[in-house]
Amino acid sequence: MGFARVIHPHTLPLLADTRANPIATPSLFLGSTRTLRHTLTHTRSISSAQRRSVVAAKVSDVKLKPTTNLLVTKEEGLEVYEDMILGRVFEDMCAQMYYRGKMFGFVHLYNGQEAVSSGFIKLLKKEDSVVSTYRDHVHALSKGVPARAVMSELFGKTTGCCRGQGGSMHMFSAEHNVLGGFAFIGEGIPVATGAAFTSKYKREVLKEADCDHVTLAFFGDGTANNGQFFECLNMAALWKLPIIFVVENNLWAIGMSHLRATSDPEIWKKGPAFGMPGVHVDGMDVLKVREVAKEAIGRARRGEGPTLVECETYRFRGHSLADPDELRDPDEKARYAARDPITQFKKYLIENKLASEAELKAIEKKIDEVVEDSVEFADESPAPSRSQLLENVFADPRGFGIGPDGRYRCEDPKFTEGTAQV
Amino acid sequence: MASIFQGFGAATSLSSSASFDTKKLQFSSLRSLSGKRASCVVVRSGGVKMDSDSNRIGGRGDQLVTNAVATKVDNPAASTASKPGHELLLFEALREGLEEEMERDARVCVMGEDVGHYGGSYKVTKGLAPKYGDLRVLDTPIAENSFTGMGIGAAMMGLRPIIEGMNMGFLLLAFNQISNNCGMLHYTSGGQFKIPVVIRGPGGVGRQLGAEHSQRLESYFQSIPGIQMVACSTPYNAKGLMKAAIRSDNPVILFEHVLLYNLKERIPDEEYVLNLEEAEMVRPGEHVTILTYSRMRYHVMQAAKTLVNKGYDPEVIDIRSLKPFDLYTIGNSIKKTHRVLIVEECMRTGGIGASLTAAITENFHDYLDAPIMCLSSQDVPTPYAGTLEEWTVVQPPQIVAAVEQLCR
Repeated sequence: MGFARVIHPHTLPLLADTRANPIATPSLFLGSTRTLRHTLTHTRSISSAQRRSVVAAKVSDVKLKPTTNLLVTKEEGLEVYEDMILGRVFEDMCAQMYYRGKMFGFVHLYNGQEAVSSGFIKLLKKEDSVVSTYRDHVHALSKGVPARAVMSELFGKTTGCCRGQGGSMHMFSAEHNVLGGFAFIGEGIPVATGAAFTSKYKREVLKEADCDHVTLAFFGDGTANNGQFFECLNMAALWKLPIIFVVENNLWAIGMSHLRATSDPEIWKKGPAFGMPGVHVDGMDVLKVREVAKEAIGRARRGEGPTLVECETYRFRGHSLADPDELRDPDEKARYAARDPITQFKKYLIENKLASEAELKAIEKKIDEVVEDSVEFADESPAPSRSQLLENVFADPRGFGIGPDGRYRCEDPKFTEGTAQV
Repeated sequence: MASIFQGFGAATSLSSSASFDTKKLQFSSLRSLSGKRASCVVVRSGGVKMDSDSNRIGGRGDQLVTNAVATKVDNPAASTASKPGHELLLFEALREGLEEEMERDARVCVMGEDVGHYGGSYKVTKGLAPKYGDLRVLDTPIAENSFTGMGIGAAMMGLRPIIEGMNMGFLLLAFNQISNNCGMLHYTSGGQFKIPVVIRGPGGVGRQLGAEHSQRLESYFQSIPGIQMVACSTPYNAKGLMKAAIRSDNPVILFEHVLLYNLKERIPDEEYVLNLEEAEMVRPGEHVTILTYSRMRYHVMQAAKTLVNKGYDPEVIDIRSLKPFDLYTIGNSIKKTHRVLIVEECMRTGGIGASLTAAITENFHDYLDAPIMCLSSQDVPTPYAGTLEEWTVVQPPQIVAAVEQLCR
């Protein structure tokens, strides 16, 4: 058996090459760790040639038969497509605005990874929570935060979702349950675990019997080597928390290749080590991601505990807008560019007669307008005034203490003006 | 709510409306320092602003602890059974406060290592897990950074967790979460999420616990914007501060001291909550203001006995709120005595004393007759050997000598 087999770097591209039609390679995630481990090992032992021919047969099968067992309805398909287009167009606009000097600092764009965000988040309810990293614009958008709020936040205006105080790496929304936006990798995972803990607490201690809110924690391959990741896998499995750990493995942590940083690069395997299912999915294919997500979210809602999902994906741009992106092999980039999730999905929708070119074009046009409108809105919004400086430091502003004159310092007018020395 | 106490022994008790008698103060500043330098007394006229309850949030005067607890604490066994209230140890007072809050609000929960079945390494959470269940009093694995983060995530979603560090020093492992998420999240989310956590645990120099278990983290955490820090020192203020910290919407770090858990005191039966931002007047006096907190309060009170015998009249204030400082109580005292001595267990460099010195210099420079003296622990990892450990922290003879020097 191959449990302990060392995975040589060159075998990974082979796994990555299975660009099968979503129906042809059904999700191997059956909710059971044992089955999963066994099945995946079995798959790997088939030679690559054999595997490709199996896939080819399935693809031709699908072309002949009428589409009776599609994975999405037309409505769902259009919703997902619109979300992916929104993510792509928004991020492209961010790049433009950055180079025009409208936003500053570190901006990390999500181009190429849209399938993960749309595949997972579109299955959530409003009360479910999403926790992300610094690459969080699209997670916020998918969860429902208006494009205007996100763009204003990036421009640093008061109308931003965090009043301009957070910026690109700190997207929060209490209304849509987006719990951040974290600059340090890994520090969002415990927060997500806490949100999941609250869901369980509400059900079991506060007796809100129908509370089945789940939490999604998104993070990258680099984070999967961080202590907080492992500590939270342990706690989530131990207490059967309703959380899904989604690893967006885009193979690169700035300039550090995942293979150079990790002793065992297959991250999904770390799930079973802690007592939860570990799944690997093609993160460039939104329907595959959606299938896995459905199963994982269902598990969590039923109280069966956490899941670790490794999405193999790729970022088309550099780590951030400041990254010259010189280390990555142009061939690798080209290979993944050919698997653009939006192009793939568009093809799927059209081939399976779920939508026409015209309908999709209309969506693209609509999104263009939404994004342009968000830029206009952000441009016209006011920058924060000085009075905002000292607000929000404390939820209870008495925390600033009592001044020499006996009054609470927050009562001092200089505080509301923002000129007081704290 | 009003809490009027009869002080024990020789301590003066003030009424709970907390206004220093103007006349009394002005007259006392005319009194010369006993036997020395009578010619140098400066009369301060009208510079002291008396409090007026009208323009303050929450009527802080009601909750100011005004009785001097010096003799009460020195002779715990002397408390008589006929007085109202009940006697307990400090760790029991903490537990009482915690239990009352858990009873009052189902969202209050505890998480930490060995808080549940073991009852807490210092028994602060004893009996809570059987009563409230394993989820509400959560035994965590040894993963400080992650379970602190978990508490923060839970707080964002509406719970009110109390996170226990088995020893305050272990919270160094949670620094990432405490600084970045605890302190900053309310701000970076534009006020959308609040983090009403209480992070508590025993710290300070104990009895030969070794360097790593004898850390004073007040100095490390004090710069983090967005958190409040308080230190309890008596059963009375332990319970009151615990309750206040739990009810506060801000993240609060409550510093307890390993050697103070077995202090006994009689505390009221009625419910009371103290004010997080206020300092406590331990012993009113005239000659010098001694600012202290936590265990050093007791070293100061011990030194105060010696000082009183030598004819000095020190005013001792337990600052309690390490961040922010209660500049009002501190300022009033300085305006009265014009001399300040800070006695702390924190390290010398960048400690609470250093910040306090800066704050006092900035705000009350004109009122000082002498440079501020600050006695802190040595900047040394706490040695294991008993003799060395003793010399690491400030001892009463040093305090006496410092006052003598200040009042020269």
